[in-house]
Amino acid sequence: MNDMTPDREERSANLKGLGCSRKRVEDARFTQGKGNYVDDIKLPDMLHGDFVRSPYAHARVVSVNKDAALALPGVVAVLTAEDLAPLNLHWMPTLAGDKQMVLADGKVLFQGQEVAFVVASDRYVAADAVELVEVEYEELEVITDPFEALKSDVVLREDLEGQTEGAHGPRKHHNHIFTWEQGDEAGTNQVLDNAEVVAEETMYYHRTHPCPLETCGSVASMDKVNGKLTLWGTFQAPHVVRTVASLLSGIEEHNIRVVSPDIGGGFGNKVGVYPGYVCSIVASIVTGKPVKWVEDRMENLMSTAFARDYHMTGKISATKEGKITGLHCHVTADHGGFDACADPTKFPAGFMNICTGSYDIPVAYLAVDGVYTNKAPGGVSYRCSFRVTEAVYFIERMIEVLAIELDMDAAELRRINFIKKEQFPYTAALGWEYDSGDYHTAWDKALETVDYEGLRAEQAERVAAFKRGETRKLMGVGLSFFTEIVGAGPVKNCDILGMGMFDSCEIRIHPTGSAIARLGTISQGQGHATTFAQILASEIGISADSITIEEGDTDTAPYGLGTYGSRSTPVAGAATAMAGRKIRAKAQMIAAYLLEVHDDDVEFDIDRFVVKGAPERFKTMKEIAYAAYNQAIPGIEPGLEAVSYYDPPNMTYPFGAYVCVMDIDVDTGVPEIRRFYALDDCGTRINPMIIEGQVHGGLTEALAVALGQEIAYDDMGNVKTGTLMDFFLPTAWEVPNYETDYTVTPSPHHPIGAKGVGESPHVGGVPCFSNAVQDAFRAFGLRHTNMPHDHWRIWQTANGLGLHD
Amino acid sequence: MSDKMHIKLKVNGEDKEFLAEPRELLIYALREKLNITGPHVGCETSHCGACTVTIDGKSVKSCTMFVAQANGAEITTIEGIGTPDALHVLQENFREHHGLQCGFCTPGMITRATKLLEENPNPTEEEVRFGMAGNICRCTGYQNIVKSILSAASEINAAKEAAQ
Repeated sequence: MNDMTPDREERSANLKGLGCSRKRVEDARFTQGKGNYVDDIKLPDMLHGDFVRSPYAHARVVSVNKDAALALPGVVAVLTAEDLAPLNLHWMPTLAGDKQMVLADGKVLFQGQEVAFVVASDRYVAADAVELVEVEYEELEVITDPFEALKSDVVLREDLEGQTEGAHGPRKHHNHIFTWEQGDEAGTNQVLDNAEVVAEETMYYHRTHPCPLETCGSVASMDKVNGKLTLWGTFQAPHVVRTVASLLSGIEEHNIRVVSPDIGGGFGNKVGVYPGYVCSIVASIVTGKPVKWVEDRMENLMSTAFARDYHMTGKISATKEGKITGLHCHVTADHGGFDACADPTKFPAGFMNICTGSYDIPVAYLAVDGVYTNKAPGGVSYRCSFRVTEAVYFIERMIEVLAIELDMDAAELRRINFIKKEQFPYTAALGWEYDSGDYHTAWDKALETVDYEGLRAEQAERVAAFKRGETRKLMGVGLSFFTEIVGAGPVKNCDILGMGMFDSCEIRIHPTGSAIARLGTISQGQGHATTFAQILASEIGISADSITIEEGDTDTAPYGLGTYGSRSTPVAGAATAMAGRKIRAKAQMIAAYLLEVHDDDVEFDIDRFVVKGAPERFKTMKEIAYAAYNQAIPGIEPGLEAVSYYDPPNMTYPFGAYVCVMDIDVDTGVPEIRRFYALDDCGTRINPMIIEGQVHGGLTEALAVALGQEIAYDDMGNVKTGTLMDFFLPTAWEVPNYETDYTVTPSPHHPIGAKGVGESPHVGGVPCFSNAVQDAFRAFGLRHTNMPHDHWRIWQTANGLGLHD
Repeated sequence: MSDKMHIKLKVNGEDKEFLAEPRELLIYALREKLNITGPHVGCETSHCGACTVTIDGKSVKSCTMFVAQANGAEITTIEGIGTPDALHVLQENFREHHGLQCGFCTPGMITRATKLLEENPNPTEEEVRFGMAGNICRCTGYQNIVKSILSAASEINAAKEAAQ
């Protein structure tokens, strides 16, 4: 049975299962403009909601006069906090254990904060009415700097005044949210104090925004006849939204149906619960009509879900030979006006404690202080698992700084500190158990492919030529080696609002041998309808083309925690395989009955069960499916269905090795990416075409963040980057071609060995681009400069190093 | 609110007549009055190109044009490109080369690409990148979009040659 006869090869190929670059089933709709996104939903008598937003970053709301707005024909309602208070909906809980105003309750804490919700017959009337709502503000002192906030007498969150205990322990100051400590502080300090070499650096990972092309929105429809609320929205976690909507509104959960239709990109922006969702629900309950709310781009950038904003200070110690002995990290985290970070409950700084990276560091300590400022709330994981981009950027910069301190090659420094293959499963100093890895193999493959030695020689020649005045372009070789932590997560330590972070799959095999599988996740472009069918095809022997994948409708899909943090494949993908195995187990019994042998005497073979030793005697899965519905089989229930709720035993730890070669014009500050090589190890590969697409996309978002994209504020708390004129989204013109490569180190605990890949390229890409820029100036004494490395900042760096003299 | 205008458009070969305020943007007239929801709204400032349609032979971002300005025009949207039974060669190539992920930019992207290949039937990679720079994609990193368009161009040219 082990020889691959042409027949078996053909049968295997027909499945379009694991490992093949199956074309996407989603594309037929999308390429013809037949996607169905939230703003495409149109219901009879539907009303439109729009927000009156605060122009001030910190102000008391003295009064709101709705009269002129209400007098405008077509305006149905204007809601303020006063209207929501009797329903107890003027505030809502955040995912981080804090609470957030739905509509301004006495004051505003950031520019763009929601003050009133106008409901009108169409979007134009609603926009007109927003202009007619008269709000009187009394300006208050604005604090946009978290270090200032911790010293200031100004109390940002008056509602918390006097509370010395927050959701994550003691608060040190009225603008302080939490301190989160991990690792061994005393042990780390002792090592650092006695180290042969210590490198220190302070770095700011700037505030940015996921900015999917589709903004956030929702359509709420309260059917007062049958008491059912239907809510369509841009939800990366529709089931959690249903639970939250039930808890907030008091409507029983079975009377709420939440639907995530097609989602035009998420990248973390659509994990949280926003005032717009709540207001559309309330407005539908109040008016009895469907209410649509869709934010515009400026609202999206100003008010929903920023990312990063971490001020990080690091100390790393090593022997003179470069063996790392300890790591110390402190973060001052700017959370804005409300702590609305989207992290698992017990992790107020996400998985920042993966900041020891890919290195065997014996002792480490991490402390994160969360702080309130007059900036928008959020703190989502933009194309990364929870705060992993911050962690990887931190360690990959610290490695570079240490290499400078040691006057060592940064590639070699990484190599001698990598966790070795035989050390896995490896328990890191900050607690995580890395499941599997082979870092040396990946690193060597990457360096060899790009001819690393050759690049360094070329770079040295360039520096010499520059010094001789023969060129004005410097060359940077950016390196990064990252370990991600994805697939949250084990219910024992991961939950969101108390919901364990398992995920689910429910399969129904139809009598004619095709199938539908429903999952608790929701695709936002990742191609779940294609890849989950591939996992299942290999498990149950039914062609992926005969399997429909459905997600996002809470009335039909099993409960799951949604799609973010690269958790779909590690968790729901595992549930899919496990549910598939239940189908296969029952199919085995049916096959044995049909073949009149004992259960143990048949074995699974691609798309059928065969009698052991007699391959000519078999029943295909199609025949078995039919039998499940048309025969009375003693001791076996009719039908062929299964469900699995999968609680992962551990996270998965994808990793990768990236190299970026860049030329920088010191007179214009313009970087030109000459080459980008990305080696990813995401364990078992389900669909190479989709993996490659994810890597291209993630790298491009990394390029954006490293080279220019930011949410910037002035001292008055005005958002300076509120449109796509100012907020950098790269176009085809600015983006290079990427070279992708891979190694395969399966996860030992995942049913099919897959680890997840969607976010790896962003996590590894940001430090790689940044390191390339900074490496170009290493020969001229640069140690560290903050992102984003836009042309102006690169020019300033060159200028500061005297390169324009 | 001002008086409504009588608007006449030819959209994807069909004559359409309706009343609209002169200030109404073309994208909303298409999406909400005519139920043509292929073109999307991504920014309302002409930067992202998700709303791209073809007006009288030119690529136009319909989020920054008043419907009144388009009065009398002939408009093609993604709905007028290819049919379910006979996809446009660009649609086929976007699928073949994984030139899309979430699909939100795709209608504008393909609509623009049809014009690009009319303007320049045999573009270089650089010309494709420049010619598509008005359309933002957040998912794909463009590499496969460029590949899709170049591949479509070769197919169209090969078909033309075969026909000659």
